[in-house]
Amino acid sequence: MTAAMHFILNGEDVTLGGFGPTETLLDYLRLKRQLTGTKEGCAEGDCGACTVLVGRLIDGVLRYETVNACIRFLGSLHGTHVVTVEHLATRDGTLHPVQQAMVDQHGSQCGFCTPGFVMSLYGLWLSNDAPSRAEIESALQGNLCRCTGYEPIVKAAEQVAAERPSSLFDPLERDRTEIAAKLWDIRAHPETIVVEKDGARSVIPANLQAFADFIADEPKATIVAGSTDVGLWVTKQMRLLDPVVFINHLTELQSISADEKGITIGAGVTYTQAFEVLSEEIPQIARLIDRIGGGQVRNMGTIGGNIANGSPIGDTPPPLIALGAELTLRSHSGKRTMPLEDYFLAYGKQDRMAGEFVEKVFVPRPREDAYFAVYKISKRRDEDISALCGAFNIELDMEGRVERARIAFGGMAATPKRARHVEEALAGADWNWATVSAVRDLFDQDYQPLTDWRATAQYRSLTAKNLLTRFFLETAGAPTELRRFELEEA
Amino acid sequence: MDKATFEPKNVINGPMHASIRHDSAHKHVTGTAEYIDDIREPADTLHAALGMADRAHAEILSVDLDAVKAAPGVVWVMTADDIPGFNDVGSTGQHDEPLLATNKVEFHGQPMFAVIAETRDQARRAARLAKIEYRDLPHWTDIEGAVENGAPLVVKPMTLVRGHAQSEMDKAPRRLEGRMEIGGQEHFYLEGQIAMAMPGEDEDVIVWSSTQHPSEVQHMVAHVLGIANNAVTVNIRRMGGGFGGKETQGNHFACLAAVAAKKLGRAVKFRPDRDEDMAVTGKRHDFRVDYGVAFDDEGRIHALDATYAARCGWCADLSGPVTDRALFHADSSYFYPHVHLTSKPLKTHTVSNTAFRGFGGPQGMLGAERVIEEIAYALGKDPLEIRKLNFYGQPGSGRTMTPYHQEVEDNVIARVVEELEHSSDYQARRNAIIDFNENSPVIRRGIALTPVKFGISFTMTAYNQAGALIHIYQDGSIHLNHGGTEMGQGLYVKVAQVVANTFNVDIERVKITATTTAKVPNTSATAASSGSDLNGMAAFDAARQIKERLIDFAMRQFEVPREEVEFLANRVRVGTEVVPFDTLVRAAYYDRVHLSAAGFYKTPDIHWDREAGRGRPFYYYAYGASVSEVSIDTLTGEYMVERADILHDVGRSLNPAIDIGQIEGGFVQGMGWLTTEELWWDDKGRLRTHAPSTYKIPLASDRPKVFNVKLAEWSKNAEPTIGRSKAVGEPPFMLAISVLEAISMAVASVADYQVCPRLDAPATPERVLMAVERLKAM
Repeated sequence: MTAAMHFILNGEDVTLGGFGPTETLLDYLRLKRQLTGTKEGCAEGDCGACTVLVGRLIDGVLRYETVNACIRFLGSLHGTHVVTVEHLATRDGTLHPVQQAMVDQHGSQCGFCTPGFVMSLYGLWLSNDAPSRAEIESALQGNLCRCTGYEPIVKAAEQVAAERPSSLFDPLERDRTEIAAKLWDIRAHPETIVVEKDGARSVIPANLQAFADFIADEPKATIVAGSTDVGLWVTKQMRLLDPVVFINHLTELQSISADEKGITIGAGVTYTQAFEVLSEEIPQIARLIDRIGGGQVRNMGTIGGNIANGSPIGDTPPPLIALGAELTLRSHSGKRTMPLEDYFLAYGKQDRMAGEFVEKVFVPRPREDAYFAVYKISKRRDEDISALCGAFNIELDMEGRVERARIAFGGMAATPKRARHVEEALAGADWNWATVSAVRDLFDQDYQPLTDWRATAQYRSLTAKNLLTRFFLETAGAPTELRRFELEEA
Repeated sequence: MDKATFEPKNVINGPMHASIRHDSAHKHVTGTAEYIDDIREPADTLHAALGMADRAHAEILSVDLDAVKAAPGVVWVMTADDIPGFNDVGSTGQHDEPLLATNKVEFHGQPMFAVIAETRDQARRAARLAKIEYRDLPHWTDIEGAVENGAPLVVKPMTLVRGHAQSEMDKAPRRLEGRMEIGGQEHFYLEGQIAMAMPGEDEDVIVWSSTQHPSEVQHMVAHVLGIANNAVTVNIRRMGGGFGGKETQGNHFACLAAVAAKKLGRAVKFRPDRDEDMAVTGKRHDFRVDYGVAFDDEGRIHALDATYAARCGWCADLSGPVTDRALFHADSSYFYPHVHLTSKPLKTHTVSNTAFRGFGGPQGMLGAERVIEEIAYALGKDPLEIRKLNFYGQPGSGRTMTPYHQEVEDNVIARVVEELEHSSDYQARRNAIIDFNENSPVIRRGIALTPVKFGISFTMTAYNQAGALIHIYQDGSIHLNHGGTEMGQGLYVKVAQVVANTFNVDIERVKITATTTAKVPNTSATAASSGSDLNGMAAFDAARQIKERLIDFAMRQFEVPREEVEFLANRVRVGTEVVPFDTLVRAAYYDRVHLSAAGFYKTPDIHWDREAGRGRPFYYYAYGASVSEVSIDTLTGEYMVERADILHDVGRSLNPAIDIGQIEGGFVQGMGWLTTEELWWDDKGRLRTHAPSTYKIPLASDRPKVFNVKLAEWSKNAEPTIGRSKAVGEPPFMLAISVLEAISMAVASVADYQVCPRLDAPATPERVLMAVERLKAM
């Protein structure tokens, strides 16, 4: 057991101990390191002014991803390379092409969001030299600008996309091999790290078993994977968490694999990683994932966390439940598996015992001839929380009758919940407009939603019914969903 | 020197009217542009946090701060009793805005005390530990509640009258009445409110405040400390966005920091969390417009009678001038032969609403466009046809008089609209959309063309003045300072262009310096779109004075007549000799020429009598128009902006690149106001959309998918403004009204365009769906 962690900050190797379990990367950068280029705009991972890149080895390959420094805890950075806006320009002040494009296109006005945009554009530039407009907009979903209207920023992304000066010019390309080797070294002999400050502990377990052992001993510890939710407990609710156990580095939890039966997603798989696999396997869910948070949140947040925290408005449970997903919980002493829907007991209450943690979720493929769709409804299309989110999975028999219907909604009840009345009424019925219009109103028996700032109960109820209508129309070959970009444009 | 030819350049870098980059662009993209929170803190800087009321309206029975005081790191807890001067930060002299609450609270979140601690984290934690007993009083948070409860008005209302609206109502061939609800808007400047105060000797205090109005912060800090203005210096290099939200709303933070700094003898920084910022600072006013309009079968308006009720919040702040400006823009671009307009600035138990880009103008204008829609749907015509029929005429047409008795003399709206109608292919696209809708059961489209005419000047005539200070040092470098503040709008670079242009030197020679009350006194807020009009002219005046002295010197020194002194690019020709600019400057210094000047400007010809509702409040008007096309989903109310085309009049642009940025940014911000940005208070009076997680401003993927923005390049200001340019800050915001109206048309399609959808703002997916349902049921 050691008492300090190791990471790289821009060009510097850092060994750090003595920090608190909820100390954020942003405060560390700004207050301890005077790296004030990274800004605080909201302290909740929504505005992107604090965007930095975090590089980590994924299957041995060094990959840089945008993250929100404001809700990223220091303890989650062991074995990573943190890159801030200060690292981009050369020492003589020559701008990086991404920065120069922003200047050329008049992409900054007040400038406060700009370093965050530069980092998001940089992240895109590193990974994609011919991004479509859809990909550019997706890369900018986690960055708010109140001045420009975004047009010049998108143009900057287009201007710089193909610009590839000598690799020596780009600091990350230049140092890639060296950085990868260093990160490899840090992780080569994993040991459990416990960092203490004023008695409060950050625990970075050496491996999955060490984590299981630790959580068995200290079941009250807060488990942090992506911190996209827990981060706000700290920055907004000022909660004191102790101890915090970090699991984002546990590769054992990060496998995602597909076979003919379905997709197995480890609890530590981020939305971004899941998106890559699901785009091929279950594109309906991938499209939904593209509307969860911004890129920064998707690079940190995990499917396991989205399930584990039990929110009634988490976006992944409805489609997973509709597909009949199974959840595996693990503890020091063993495992158990349950249908995902059974995990959600009541508002804020899940079927997870002390010492247990989410290990993986298995998602059966929709039957080849099934109709399957997910619809998210929110005030703003991207980077918003659902007013409601509905998933429909209908299998028909040879006669065109509904053989099996699974429908699940978020935002309609205290937990993600199936529409049992609607499902039962559909079962055995002909899949036609008469059936759909007859069963629509049964949603009122399944759900009595609340009114809040995202929508009124009335809107939620009506829209749930209308989504069944949309689903039916789509199965009849009439796509009705508004799409900003046609699939070929994306 | 031209690098290719080694000849002296004939033209300078960065003259007026050139598209040059923002002066801080390089610093923005490298993260080196310094905002207040980035300034290296003085040793032992303390940090402040707010103790906020958790009742909407209540009597304070007792306040127990023991636990707050005992919390780790707490140095001091400041209450109203600790204020040495006046517990009052009202910006318009109403004395209705205590800095800290005393015996009652009037909105949920009202500042009650401030905690000063060694760290910001400690201050924030301690601020939550107060035990306060209240006796609840009845509260209301919206206009409906205010009306039901007979709420008082926060300021005296204004009425504008011309002709006989009421009697014309009865005479006209047609009349209709209606109501429009218009939501407010959070500024969501990316840099939140912040101030840092550093105590000096005697009564001195230096304040860094993220403010659009350093002079007001100076006056407020002096007022709260009970000291003279001359002891307070307020500095601001740049804000991370303002939009009106830092015109008065920074006062609280600056005053609290200053009081604590003087009391404790240490620097104090005050940076509220985003949620706190949103909970305690004012926003755009919500409005309810009740209108009656009389018109004929052609669609020509005979009379308008309308009341503009506003959610002002718990105190006046700027609600008087904001509601006034709503009335000034209740005509949009239309001539009303008879008109009667009244404001109703209602008190509510919410944050005190304040300035926000457009300053009431957008709400007034939106009401007018709704009236146009009503007439169009009533007559089964394209709203654009009704618009054209009702535009103000040219001088001599008898259709130029506004409701406030100012003649519209510089009217270019017809030309702007005509050009845009053609360039956007409006008519063909509208026909195509109507065809599309006939065959599309779920997705519907809509298109709308709406105009903008915005009056430029502060309606408070005294504010239309500005100062500047220019020094030229012995090496020929120029130091520029003026009273305007930089919030991203590019004011600093525009004014630097004016100075570079005046001396005919490269803009790199002009050092742009932070706004400070110590260099230019008695400044006005950088607001009302007036920044470059006022400060550009003041800087021009200062530069002109020094230039005159240099000319006099050259004439004297070289014994040449005036016309033999010519400012070439970075050089000066004196007779047959050409000398570099800095050589002339140095020679002038040795001849004891005064190389510093204070410039001043006041807008001519304007006057306003609020009581009489008459005068010329505006120096000129800025015009523009936009066409928006949208798609909506009639099953969910979701929508997308497919395309927007804009033609906007900025006179002769001082910097087209900067102006285009203002137009695009203003349009998207206006779209947000009218679509996804919704403020939602719960029954306890708590703002529940208090952070970007719940309050949704537009993203890159919300902007129009096709976005064509052009300046009316033929336009020149009819008035002698700086370079014949026009103000650009606020007017483009209102171009977004076409988005709302396009959505409205798409909704109207479900009832075959026979019924005005009366779509209120913000048109969230929910409001759109409910409007669709309402029309389907008809």
